[in-house]
Amino acid sequence: MQNLETSIIAAEGISAWYGNHRAVENINLDVKSGDVLALIGPSGCGKSTFLRCLNRMHEEIDNTRVEGRVLYKGEDIYGEDVDPVAVRSCIGMVFQKPNPFPTMTVAENVAAGLRLRGGFSRSEIDGMVEAALRKAALWDEVKNKLRAPGTSLSGGQQQRLCIARALAVQPEVLLMDEPTSALDPISTGRIEELMTELKKSVTIVIVTHNMQQAARISDQTAFFLMGKMVEHGDTEQIFNAPAREETENYISGRFG
Amino acid sequence: MSDTLRLPRIQRRRHFKSMVANGIIMIFAGMAILPLIMVFSYITSSGLPSLNLDFFVKLPAPAGETGGGMANAIAGSVLMVVMSGVMAIPPGLLCGLYIAEFPRQKLAGALRFVIDLMTGVPSIVIGLFAYATLVVPLGGFNAFAGSAALAIIMLPVVSRTTEEILRLIPSQLREAGLALGLPRWKVLLRLIMRAGRSAIATGVFLAIARASGETAPLLFTSFNNQYWSSSLSEPVASLPVQIYTYAISPYEEWHRLAWAGSLVLVSVVFTINLMSRVLLKRSSN
Repeated sequence: MQNLETSIIAAEGISAWYGNHRAVENINLDVKSGDVLALIGPSGCGKSTFLRCLNRMHEEIDNTRVEGRVLYKGEDIYGEDVDPVAVRSCIGMVFQKPNPFPTMTVAENVAAGLRLRGGFSRSEIDGMVEAALRKAALWDEVKNKLRAPGTSLSGGQQQRLCIARALAVQPEVLLMDEPTSALDPISTGRIEELMTELKKSVTIVIVTHNMQQAARISDQTAFFLMGKMVEHGDTEQIFNAPAREETENYISGRFG
Repeated sequence: MSDTLRLPRIQRRRHFKSMVANGIIMIFAGMAILPLIMVFSYITSSGLPSLNLDFFVKLPAPAGETGGGMANAIAGSVLMVVMSGVMAIPPGLLCGLYIAEFPRQKLAGALRFVIDLMTGVPSIVIGLFAYATLVVPLGGFNAFAGSAALAIIMLPVVSRTTEEILRLIPSQLREAGLALGLPRWKVLLRLIMRAGRSAIATGVFLAIARASGETAPLLFTSFNNQYWSSSLSEPVASLPVQIYTYAISPYEEWHRLAWAGSLVLVSVVFTINLMSRVLLKRSSN
């Protein structure tokens, strides 16, 4: 059972399908508030699919299905009267490929969530845009080109723009699906720095193929293999003294 | 020249064949655009001498008299094209959006089929349909029936282009919008439509160009009118119908005006097409 004191998200018996193919099998996993949880494992092991189950994005793909419960602050996000829109505004997401809105400027991109949701004045939005850009460590680089197209920024800046866009609507949890795999090492480093800063205000679940990255930034690590979660624990323990042989093999680079 | 610098025989033969093939392609390309050039130059040479300010500001002169213009027909065409745009563009956009974004729903499949069929219905049949449903019951030819007929022609064009454009928009954008906690309708209308807006506008322009040139659906809906009319319940003149009427008349003077009208019509359609290309080009940069 979920410990409400510390865990903000608790997955209980989550399975996910694409058509008849079960990509994720019976995952039970708690995420502690304020932690960074890294999901690692070889390609196709179901970690991204599981991540997408945590804010009901999995169901956006045709012909998919989810079973089980995901408790967010004790409430099942798959409950009957739950609006996925409300779920996603508390649990935001950053994707593998930077995906700023192409017809919008830098500022409009960050403001998009706020503006389309409505209820904020122009000056409120301006303030929130600046705050989000500062949080995403992008403000100093873009403060003079807020009116330039979002797509004119470099790849790493675009990804931080997407992080700012997700942060602007003030989610409590941020899901990140291999956010640095399309970026060069310097941009990656900046985003990792950013994450250590962000964890003060949001809980982060990150899927990564880069094990050094997982070791550097996460508090907890979960190792996935063929749709199942093999092991979950403190990052230090997983990397230094894994309990299971498969984990040891993967981490030491013997497969995957 | 030393032998090492000369192309070997086989390469020279390939080079020759390539030139022949290129030549054939150019000839066929030329044949494809030749009709357009001929039509345009013929209309220009026949129409330009009769084109003057009177054409744009004066009403048609009675048979036998010289002078006169097509001012009322130009105004009527603008009126009906605008009306048909108002009727066809919003539902056309939404139709295309629905078909593109919910392809798995049965209704979307059916709608797509219907739109495809509509694209293929001859425009004279659409005119007949409007005659039976909007002219006969309303007791006479009227501008509204003409606009409705044009709207039926525009709608599938708008819908098809919208659908095709939206299919090209990467799904990451939809996901980005949904992940911000936005309801689907806002993601579709405010983000996805916006991302494709200039390409969609191109489709809309092309539909307008198409409707501006249609004659058959107007022949027995809006009919014709020798005078000014801005009432939707009255017959109204339009450029294509006026050209048709003048062209089949026995009067030399009217033939001249028909050529002038054709030149104006072709120029308008050409300009709209050109504008939409420029728009598309600007947006893709």
